[in-house]
Amino acid sequence: MRKLLLGLTVVAVLATACASTSTTTTAAGTTSATSPAVDECAIENLNLQTPGVLTVGTDNPAFPPWIIGNKPDNGKGYEGALAYEIAGRMGFDASQVKWVVVGFNSSYAPGPKDFDFDINNITITPEREQAVTFSDPYYELPQALIVQDGSPLQSATTVGELSDGVYGAQIGTTSLKFINTVLQPTQQARVYDTTVDAKSGLRNGDVDGLILDLPTADYEANINTPNDFYLVGQFEPVDQLGLLFEKDNPLVTCVNKALAEIEDEGTLQNLRDRWLANFQAVPVIK
Amino acid sequence: MPEPGATTDRTQRGSKLLGNRPFLISTASTIVFFAIVVTVVVLAPGFRAVREAFFDWDSMKASFHGVPGEGLPSIWTAFALNVKVFMIAEVFILVLGLMVAVIRQIPGPAFFPLRMVAIVYTDLFRGTPLLLVIYIFGYGIRALEIPGVSDQSLIFYGTAGLVLSYSAYVSEVYRAGIESVHPSQMAAARSLGLNRWQSLRSVVLPQAVRRVIPPLLNDFVSLQKDTALLSILGVIEAARAAGIYSAYRYNYSSLTVAAILFILVTIPLARFTDYLLARDRRRRAATGAP
Amino acid sequence: MLRVEGVYKSFGTLEVLSGIDLSVDAHEVICLIGASGSGKSTLLRCINLLEPVNAGRIVVEGIEVTAPGVNVNEVRRRIGIVFQSFNLFPHMSVRHNVTLAPRKVLGMARGDADERAGELLGRFGLADKADDYPDRLSGGQQQRVAIVRALAMQPDILLLDEVTSALDPVLVAEVLDAIRELAAQGMTMVIATHEMGFARDVAKRVCFLHGGRILEQGPPDRIFTEPEHPETRAFLDRIIAAGRM
Repeated sequence: MRKLLLGLTVVAVLATACASTSTTTTAAGTTSATSPAVDECAIENLNLQTPGVLTVGTDNPAFPPWIIGNKPDNGKGYEGALAYEIAGRMGFDASQVKWVVVGFNSSYAPGPKDFDFDINNITITPEREQAVTFSDPYYELPQALIVQDGSPLQSATTVGELSDGVYGAQIGTTSLKFINTVLQPTQQARVYDTTVDAKSGLRNGDVDGLILDLPTADYEANINTPNDFYLVGQFEPVDQLGLLFEKDNPLVTCVNKALAEIEDEGTLQNLRDRWLANFQAVPVIK
Repeated sequence: MPEPGATTDRTQRGSKLLGNRPFLISTASTIVFFAIVVTVVVLAPGFRAVREAFFDWDSMKASFHGVPGEGLPSIWTAFALNVKVFMIAEVFILVLGLMVAVIRQIPGPAFFPLRMVAIVYTDLFRGTPLLLVIYIFGYGIRALEIPGVSDQSLIFYGTAGLVLSYSAYVSEVYRAGIESVHPSQMAAARSLGLNRWQSLRSVVLPQAVRRVIPPLLNDFVSLQKDTALLSILGVIEAARAAGIYSAYRYNYSSLTVAAILFILVTIPLARFTDYLLARDRRRRAATGAP
Repeated sequence: MLRVEGVYKSFGTLEVLSGIDLSVDAHEVICLIGASGSGKSTLLRCINLLEPVNAGRIVVEGIEVTAPGVNVNEVRRRIGIVFQSFNLFPHMSVRHNVTLAPRKVLGMARGDADERAGELLGRFGLADKADDYPDRLSGGQQQRVAIVRALAMQPDILLLDEVTSALDPVLVAEVLDAIRELAAQGMTMVIATHEMGFARDVAKRVCFLHGGRILEQGPPDRIFTEPEHPETRAFLDRIIAAGRM
C-alpha cells in the first residue's frame, strides 16, 4: 500500500516534468541587424567558435578523394581544398583555419557544436534539416552500379537495359531508395546489412549488381578487389552534399556567399577536375 | 454479518499509515528529491533541445515501425533478433560454462593439459573486452577462410563471441558454487562408494548450481543488453536499427526506443531473480543451514 | 574382518596416528575412546580411505585396502561410515538419500532400491519421513537417516564417527538406541564416541587412544573400572568429573 502511494507520487512528479514545456529559449546565434554600412560577413562580425578562427570539423579517419592522407590541414582532397578555398574567400588565411575531429554520430548531437561547420560528405535531406542547418550543396553525389567482372550488364548504358536485374543495396543508405524510386527494376531489390554482405551476395549471384554511391563503388571496383567487380557506370545524381552547421547558425549565409563565388568563378569545377577526375570519368548511365 | 473486529482493523491500519512518521518522512523526502532533480533538468538551458533530440514522439513512432520506403528497418522487428540471440546464446553459455568449471577441477596430473586449456581460455576471454572479441570473431575468423568455419553469417560469429566471452565468466560463477558446497558432501558421497564423477553429478553439482542461480540470472540480464554489440558487425538488431534511423533523421529518439525495449525485457528477469533470492533466504533461515 | 597394522598418519608435521594396531572380528563392536584430537576420527577416515595412510596397512575382509592400485570405490562399498555432522544430501528427499548409492553403485533397480529403503527406514521408525527433505527433520532423525543410508549399501563393517556429538542431548538417546539395535543384529562396528555409558553397554571391546596409539584395550568393564595406564585413568577421571559417566 505504502509502496503504491510512493510509486504514484514519483510517477506524478515525472509526468508533470515531461508534460511541461520549457519556458527557456534555446540560445540561438545573434543576428546582427542589417545595416547597409556594416559588412555582415567581415570576419569580426562572424558568429564563430573562436573569434578570428574558422573551426572546421571532419571525421577521423577521413578518406580520399575528400581528404588526402587523413591530414585535413594539408589542404589536399576535394573537401580539404574546398574548406581552405571557402576560408580564403571569407578573409581567413590558412593559419586561421583550425580542424577538429567530428564523428559522424556526434555531428548532429543537440546543443552547441564545437565547430563552425562540418565537412564530411554529408547528404542534405529535409529530415536532417530539422536538426541542423546545411549550406548550399557543394557536390552532387551520384549512385553507381557495380557488377561481377564479366557480367552481361557490363556494357549497359541506359537505365532501360537494367530493368530486368536483381539489385542489392546496403540498408540505411540512399542507394536503396534510389533503386526503388529511380531505377525501378521489375524485381525487388535485396537489402544487405553491410557492404561486406552485399559483396558476398554479388559474388554468389544472389544479385546481378549492387547500387552504391559513386565513391564507394569506385573503391570496391577499382581499388579494393579490382579483379572481382566492374564499375558499370554512374547515374544522374540525386543526392547533394552540404556543409553542416548548428541549426540556424547565421554563419551559413556568409559561407553560402563564398561558395557561390567559388562556383561562379569556375573554381569549384576546377577542384572537381583536380580531385574527382576519376569520378567524373565514369560513364553515365542515362 | 461482518466481524466487528475487521472494520476496526482496517481503520486502524489506515490511520497507522498516515500517522506513521517514518512513512511520512520517506514520502516527503522522496518527493522533494525528485522535485529537485526534475526542476534542475527542466530548467536547464538545453532541456528543450535534448528533449527534442531524445524524445521526439514522431521519430520514436517512425523508428519503432520502420520506414520501408526509405529503407529504414523497424526497431521492433530488429529487436526480435536480439531476443533470439540471447535465448540461443544463454543455453550454450550455461552448458559451456559448466563444462569449463568441471574441467578445471578434475584432479590428477593426467588431466593437466585439459585444465591448462580451461584456464587459458578463461583468462583470455575474461581479459578481452567483449566489443573486441566480437570484432575479431566477426572479421577475423571470416577472413581466415577456413572451409565450413569461415563462411557463417555475421550473426553466427557475433553470437559465438558472446557465448565464448560469457562462458568464461559463468564458469567462474559455477566454480564458486562448486567450491561453496562443503567438502563433507563430497566425502559422504565418496564414502558410499560413488566415484568422483557420480558424486559430482548427483551430489555436488545440483547443490552448486542451485546456489549460483541468482548470479547466473544476473549474467543473463547483462547478456540481454550485450546482444546490442552485434550491431558493430552491421547486423540489423535493435541498436543498429536505431542507429540507422538516427543517421537518417539526425535525431537520437530511435535510440531511446531501443533502450526502452531493452529495459522492458530486463525487468521481468530482474524481479524473478529478486524473488528467487528472497525464497532462498527464507529457506535457509528456516533450516539454519550455512 | 578388519586388521589395522602399524598405521601412521601425519597431517603436515603433525603426527596424529603413531602406530595403530587393531583387529576387529566379524560381529564385534569396538568403541574408540580418547580425548579430542587423539586420532579417533582420523583412524576411521583412514579405514575407509578418505585419508591416505603414511605407513602401515589396513586389511578388510582379506583385501589390503592400503595397497596401491586398489579400487577405492569397491572398498568403500563394503565399509559404511556415519559422520558427526550427518552429511545428508539436502537437495534430495530422505528416500532418495538412501537409494542413491544402491542405484548408482550397486546398479539396483529403482523399485528394488525404494523397497529396501522403505524397509530400512521402517525398521528405524522413519517410514513416514521417506518423502521429506532433510531440513525438515530433527538432528536425531537426520542422523538415523544417515545410518540407514550407510546400511542400504549392506556394508561388511560400519564406522561411526562421534555420531551423537553434534546432537541435542534430548535426541542422543534415539540414535544410541538405533545403534544398539544394529549391534544386537550382529553388525560389525567401530564406534568413536564420548558416550561412555553407551560404550559400556554395547561394546565388546573398548580402545583408549592416546598420543596417536591405542594405549589400552579390553572389555568395557575392565577398562572403565580398572584401567592399567595412568593416562587412561586420568582421562576417565575427567569424564566422570564432567558428569558424563
